[in-house]
Amino acid sequence: MKTDRRIPFVIRFLSATGRRGWIALSVFALVTCVLLPAAHLWLPNGHPLHVSDYVITLGGKVMCYAIVAVAMDLIWGFTGILSLGHGVFFALGGYAFGMYLMRGIGQDGVYHSALPDFMVFLDWKAFPWYWQGTDHFLYAVLLVLVAPALLAFVFGFFAFRSRIKGVYFSIITQALTFAFMLLFFRNETGFGGNNGFTDFKRILGYSITAPQTRVTLFALTALMLMFTLVLGRYLVKSKFGRVLAAIRDAESRVMFLGYNPLWYKLFIWTLSAMLCAVAGALYVPQVGIINPSEMSPANSIELAIWVAVGGRGTLIGPALGAFIVNLSKSWFTVAFPEYWLFFLGLLFVLVTLFLPQGVVGLWQRLRARSGR
Amino acid sequence: MIGEPLDGPTISGGHMLVEGALDLTHKVILYLEDITVSFDGFKALNNLTLTIDAKELRCIIGPNGAGKTTMMDVITGKTRPDSGTAFFGQTLDLTRMSEPEIARAGIGRKFQKPTIFENHSVFENLELAMKTDKRVRRSLFAEIDDNTRDRIADTLRLIRLDAHAEQLAGRLSHGQKQWLEIGMLLMQEPRLLLLDEPVAGMTDDETERTAELFKSLAGKQSLVVVEHDMAFIEKLGGKVTVLHEGSVLAEGDLATVQANPQVIEVYLGR
Amino acid sequence: MILRTLLTLLWLAGMFVSPAQAALDPALVKQLNADDTDQKILAIKQLALTADADTTRVLQALANDALLIDGDRVIRMDGERAYDAVTGQEISPLPETAATLVINNRVRGELATTLAALKLFVPNRDQRLAAAKELEDNADPFFIPILDRALAQERDPEIKDLVAQARALIALKSPDPAKRLAAVKILGESDNPSLKVRLIALTDPAKEPDERVRIAAKTSLRALNARLTLGENIERIFSGLSLGSVLLLAALGLAITYGVMGVINMAHGELLMVGAYATYIVQTLFRHYFPGALDWYVVAAVPVAFFSAALAGIILERTVIRWLYGRPLETLLATWGLSLILIQAARVIFGPQNLAVANPSWMSGGVQLMSNVVLPWNRIIIIGFALFVLALVWVLLNRTRLGLFVRAVTQNRAMAGCVGVPTGRIDTLAFGLGAGIAGLGGVALSQIANVGPDMGQGYIVDSFMVVVLGGVGQLAGAVWAALGLGIASKFLEGWVGAVIAKIVVLAFIIVFIQKRPQGLFALKGRFVEN
Repeated sequence: MKTDRRIPFVIRFLSATGRRGWIALSVFALVTCVLLPAAHLWLPNGHPLHVSDYVITLGGKVMCYAIVAVAMDLIWGFTGILSLGHGVFFALGGYAFGMYLMRGIGQDGVYHSALPDFMVFLDWKAFPWYWQGTDHFLYAVLLVLVAPALLAFVFGFFAFRSRIKGVYFSIITQALTFAFMLLFFRNETGFGGNNGFTDFKRILGYSITAPQTRVTLFALTALMLMFTLVLGRYLVKSKFGRVLAAIRDAESRVMFLGYNPLWYKLFIWTLSAMLCAVAGALYVPQVGIINPSEMSPANSIELAIWVAVGGRGTLIGPALGAFIVNLSKSWFTVAFPEYWLFFLGLLFVLVTLFLPQGVVGLWQRLRARSGR
Repeated sequence: MIGEPLDGPTISGGHMLVEGALDLTHKVILYLEDITVSFDGFKALNNLTLTIDAKELRCIIGPNGAGKTTMMDVITGKTRPDSGTAFFGQTLDLTRMSEPEIARAGIGRKFQKPTIFENHSVFENLELAMKTDKRVRRSLFAEIDDNTRDRIADTLRLIRLDAHAEQLAGRLSHGQKQWLEIGMLLMQEPRLLLLDEPVAGMTDDETERTAELFKSLAGKQSLVVVEHDMAFIEKLGGKVTVLHEGSVLAEGDLATVQANPQVIEVYLGR
Repeated sequence: MILRTLLTLLWLAGMFVSPAQAALDPALVKQLNADDTDQKILAIKQLALTADADTTRVLQALANDALLIDGDRVIRMDGERAYDAVTGQEISPLPETAATLVINNRVRGELATTLAALKLFVPNRDQRLAAAKELEDNADPFFIPILDRALAQERDPEIKDLVAQARALIALKSPDPAKRLAAVKILGESDNPSLKVRLIALTDPAKEPDERVRIAAKTSLRALNARLTLGENIERIFSGLSLGSVLLLAALGLAITYGVMGVINMAHGELLMVGAYATYIVQTLFRHYFPGALDWYVVAAVPVAFFSAALAGIILERTVIRWLYGRPLETLLATWGLSLILIQAARVIFGPQNLAVANPSWMSGGVQLMSNVVLPWNRIIIIGFALFVLALVWVLLNRTRLGLFVRAVTQNRAMAGCVGVPTGRIDTLAFGLGAGIAGLGGVALSQIANVGPDMGQGYIVDSFMVVVLGGVGQLAGAVWAALGLGIASKFLEGWVGAVIAKIVVLAFIIVFIQKRPQGLFALKGRFVEN
């Protein structure tokens, strides 16, 4: 049963983001893909408008986090499922791409072997099977997309099928990331143990430390963040998004209407994991290291606070939250390292107590009040 | 697919057909036989046997704890019986189907406490309820077409919420929420409606209109109404089943049942 | 080789040395200062054959570097006073020319064994036992007369067995097959893992010519292996029980706050930490003010830890958690924040390093079940303590008014309020109780693990697993889950190593919850889902 005036999908997809959204995105794109790169590449070091390495790296890193926050919000804010294990998907994406970067070191390691240094150290003679093919860029990208998604799918399938909900789900996701952290800490797992992957040299033949490579990765991350926001906007405005919110608010009603929540949850869960994995893959070459501590339960809970600070159930909120929290972290850990955990802890408490809708909710409330 | 006749194979394509079509050859839409459900030794249903005819309007009464809600849980797949069989039509074994499968096969349920999507608009509530392909892939690409709009507009008028279409459902009054839930049920186009205390919290006027609505549906769909309000049951005028301690105590029209000494004992004797 | 022959000869000679000889042989004492190491060792062993108190004193002094040499005279220092090593007469003043008699490590090793042999005759049972164990590992044909004398004197069956084994080990070298056979049979009754290699060697025809001995060695080896496996399993079950009781202590508080009240308290681990730091503070106070009663600081720490953790819990409940009832995910995040604050506070107040909390003397040491199984007292006491806390919780919940109120509020808050239960206060008290029990867990942890700011973090995942596995609101479930997890972890650790064991346990729990979302001891009923 089709309607006569069907709008092409691409148009519907793009128009889900409103006019104001597109204006904001265009400004963001102009800044991150043109102005900042230009200021980094072509303005001399002493120039007042020169953008330093530090800013580019920090910005790229925080944008990766923002992607994770938006992905987290899709599953928590819009579907009501709080994952305390999203770090595992981020890290797996990072490791998957990290494998490619490790292969890219070639013979330039300390031991001048084709094998990464940690394998030489373990006295391994050849790559284990799961490292096969990781020297191909496209295969690595495929791995980034597929491996974490597969884990999410299998885990989610069993968890959602058994109708594990609420806090139970949160706790077993925490156990999941904890188990993976322990697994990756082992040297024998084949991912560098404690130290993880680092000392990358090149990506697609380009030096990883070259300014051009840096700004390219930076701009790519910005584009990925924008894509995540547009995709998120389309999803939450679609009927699919309405079903998700319905699951969040009254799951049994959804079932008695004939929807099977399992597949809805599984789809958004897996998609969210994939977005995290992509963010992780973008993060590793920019930050230059990936190790198992990314999978620590504490890290994953911190993701939740980015979302909460920004405002869950909105898309821009979590992205903002990731910026706010991580920029404060960078500032605090330099200025008052003693107080960072106090601040973060208080943030958790105060936001849940007084800002359930986050800064976006606060802004909306203030605007509503002044408008009256 | 909206205009398709209710009998015969529904929705073409998709895995809904796996569940099979409703077979009403014996004019019976629901068979419950020897259903027993126990919770920690307490038997909520005790060898309950009950049949509902196609297009019948049946009222079920009984004191608290008689097993009314548990019976609905069994029919809709929320609770699995310890023993006994439950069939929808001749072929669909309800004890082997999941809640969404049962819902798609054509059983709609209204809860005792109105459960609607409070953060969605009234319009969206009805849209989500509407009978259509409810798989993820369709929801991802679904558009609201004119057909849908018309159907929703009709239902809005029927449940007298046409002025509130864009309002958040959570802001409605209790009676309006009850009506919205009934409206959602109608959008599902079920073959069998299970209504748990549908007029609780409604004004007399609203109750009156609800009775009218149910009576008008009875010729087309089967309805099972659980109620405490005897006046409402009288207005509906269907056959009445009295449940007590998990099994059927009496069955017949309201006057017969009310004259039954056992029923009087159960209702007044304690 | 030469030394060995010499020693054997000496041993034969030693048979005729009368044990009643009063003064030490001056020649032998002087020989202690021989340039040749072999000579020194010979002197030590010969002296030892007398096995009297004087000899022990001199040899002990040699081991402590308290033997001086002054020309021909050997001087034994005892604190500030000096004695002639041979005659025992006091020498005063100490000649300035006296120099310490230096010995090398080889001599030191032989000396230790010899001293052990001499210790077989001290009155203290523990010292004799330790000596017997040491001798078993360092048997030397030279000691046979000493061992025989010890065998004749010893009344304690355990020590007697050990000495007999030590003697059997020496007899293995005997050229007489009958003696070797007897020795092998005696060794079969041992449970000393180090004997395995010796017995295996005896099953080899190349090393043992006599077939009867080889067969006996096989039998003995089998018996020994069986006993060792049994010991290992006992050890695993015990350490599993011990880990389980620690988990139980960590989880019992959660069973109240989460299981009964439905509050997800991620700061629970930090309440354990509060209890452990409280123990540390009590220990410090005892050191300063009651050093005589230092051994009993743990007992004093129990109530202190309970009340300080309970107080911390009550403050958390009143200021934060109370406002989040019914919003479990928000509670989870807020309490996580609280845990970060508590950790950082501990770091600022006590420093980031681990603090030393010592076991009181009555908790150190252990019960020796078999040679490879020692059950440490601190762990035994913690198992007992966990049972005590469990009983306490059970009584509080089931036999007191507070427990009645808590259960009433759990089942139907509104109704409990209507019949006059002060629900708000009950929440606070119940939370305080759960926190206090975490504090008790902290006392236990301080005795077996490090006390530091991060200590609580390690237990939070585990204790939630216990509560989830056991079934929410079920004390019995928590007990079985804790002990089961503890024992299973220890057995897995034995097979696959600690990390994989942990992963397997987590994976098991994840799978288990899929199958039984309500835990081991599920509540069933129509109200469960709401």
